Amino acid sequence: MTSEKALQRAMPWLVTIGLFVFWEALCIVTGVEPFILPRPSLVFETTVQFAPQILHHSLQTLFTTTAGFALGVVGGALLGIAIGASKLVYNGLYPVLIGFNSIPKVAIVPVLVIWFGIGTVPAIITAFVISFFPIVVNVATGLATIEPELRDVLRSLGATKMEILTKIGLPRAMPYLFASLKIAITLAFVGSVIAETVASNEGIGYLMLSASSSYNVPLVFSGLIVVAVMGVLMYAVAVWFERRMTGWAFRGELIS
Amino acid sequence: MQGPAFVKIDGVSLVYELAEEKTLAVEDLSLDIEEGEFVAVVGPSGCGKSTLMKLVTGLLNTTAGNITIGGKPVRGPVQGVGMAFQNSTLLPWRTTLENVMLPLEIVEPHKRNLRRNKKAYIERAMSLLKTVGLADFADKYPWQLSGGMQQRANLCRAIIHDPRLLMLDEPFGALDAFTREELWAVMQNLWMEKRFTAILITHDLREAVYLADKVFVMSKRPGKVILTKKVDIAHPRTLETTFEPHFGAIVHELRDHIHEVRVS
Repeated sequence: MTSEKALQRAMPWLVTIGLFVFWEALCIVTGVEPFILPRPSLVFETTVQFAPQILHHSLQTLFTTTAGFALGVVGGALLGIAIGASKLVYNGLYPVLIGFNSIPKVAIVPVLVIWFGIGTVPAIITAFVISFFPIVVNVATGLATIEPELRDVLRSLGATKMEILTKIGLPRAMPYLFASLKIAITLAFVGSVIAETVASNEGIGYLMLSASSSYNVPLVFSGLIVVAVMGVLMYAVAVWFERRMTGWAFRGELIS
Repeated sequence: MQGPAFVKIDGVSLVYELAEEKTLAVEDLSLDIEEGEFVAVVGPSGCGKSTLMKLVTGLLNTTAGNITIGGKPVRGPVQGVGMAFQNSTLLPWRTTLENVMLPLEIVEPHKRNLRRNKKAYIERAMSLLKTVGLADFADKYPWQLSGGMQQRANLCRAIIHDPRLLMLDEPFGALDAFTREELWAVMQNLWMEKRFTAILITHDLREAVYLADKVFVMSKRPGKVILTKKVDIAHPRTLETTFEPHFGAIVHELRDHIHEVRVS
């Protein structure tokens, strides 16, 4: 039993390490050129070599991502509540939202550049617009799926719409909100890196673009891995918050 | 008892409209319930029992006819009614005690006084939980309780604010037979102590006869009352009572009527 648990815990590390070993072996066996696919050991070496630059640019990306994500959480949650609580708002806004979400976000970056110039602001806005849609949908779903019996119990007590929303709707929507945060945070990285690639002189996206234009492919891969690591870390933060805030939704799992 | 009934349902019909299809759920339904009376409504499934409950609480509006509670016509959701469903609908993020206290946060005058008299209200909720044997589970979450315990907590929540009318929609339907019989006694105790007016909707004829002063048998859709049977057995009734011939005879009579309805 305990060894099984230990194995469960070790699994993510084992798989990650295994992946790198496989990659390394593949490069050695096929003898592929480093500017096509660099070996992980070379990528690691490059990462150490360029550590100060990478740190600078990744902090910039982390900043634009979390800023955009934070806006996405606030905006998404508010809009989700409005859509989930009111049929009228739902009918009016939902089609527009779906249409908006269907636009590839990379297409709006040039527009943002015209409005705000290149740099931090377009990256934050892109991270925001890409991350807020899943939050809206999830929060609205949480509110819309309140059990009718529960609503009847509260209505027959004379509860106002506002009371039904605050006593049942919002707590019920919390697990949905936190589930969406996990999706949204990873999407936010996609948004910010896209914007940095197209229009910035800072951030991991910019670093990768300039590295590839000088054929420093190991540095490109180093940037990719740094983004992935940041994504995983932020995801873990979201999970930690989820468990703390909505432990009830996981029922017995947490206690047993 | 003289004067108008506490709950008066007079010639009520309800038509459901789903797209093109119109369904007559209840038709020309009339029944009177006195204040403090415990009545049961039984009938074949789909006879509009739950519709009746929604009509009385004002969650649905009648297509024709009138419903009055305490002399006042029902228009829109009736305030301060207690309700319990088969599904216990406890809030999973609240402890048992917090769940039971939910109505106090909504119904006046408790809502106004709750903050000031928090202690007294908690005591009140605790004593109610004690009555149903849940005192030790006040701080547990609903998913840590068994089905029977959840239903006990649900009953407490339904009556914590001293409603004049309690609506029970098959509250024991999902429980096993032994737990169900246990809860009949719990329900009877609560009722004898508080003497609210209660309307119980159920499939279980023994349950109806055990708890109610009066049993209404409804026909199949469109539902109307085809028999009103007074249960002339003194409270408190016990499990022993259910084995007495007189109890059996009443259940049998009800059963016959239900059978007639089903085959007709």
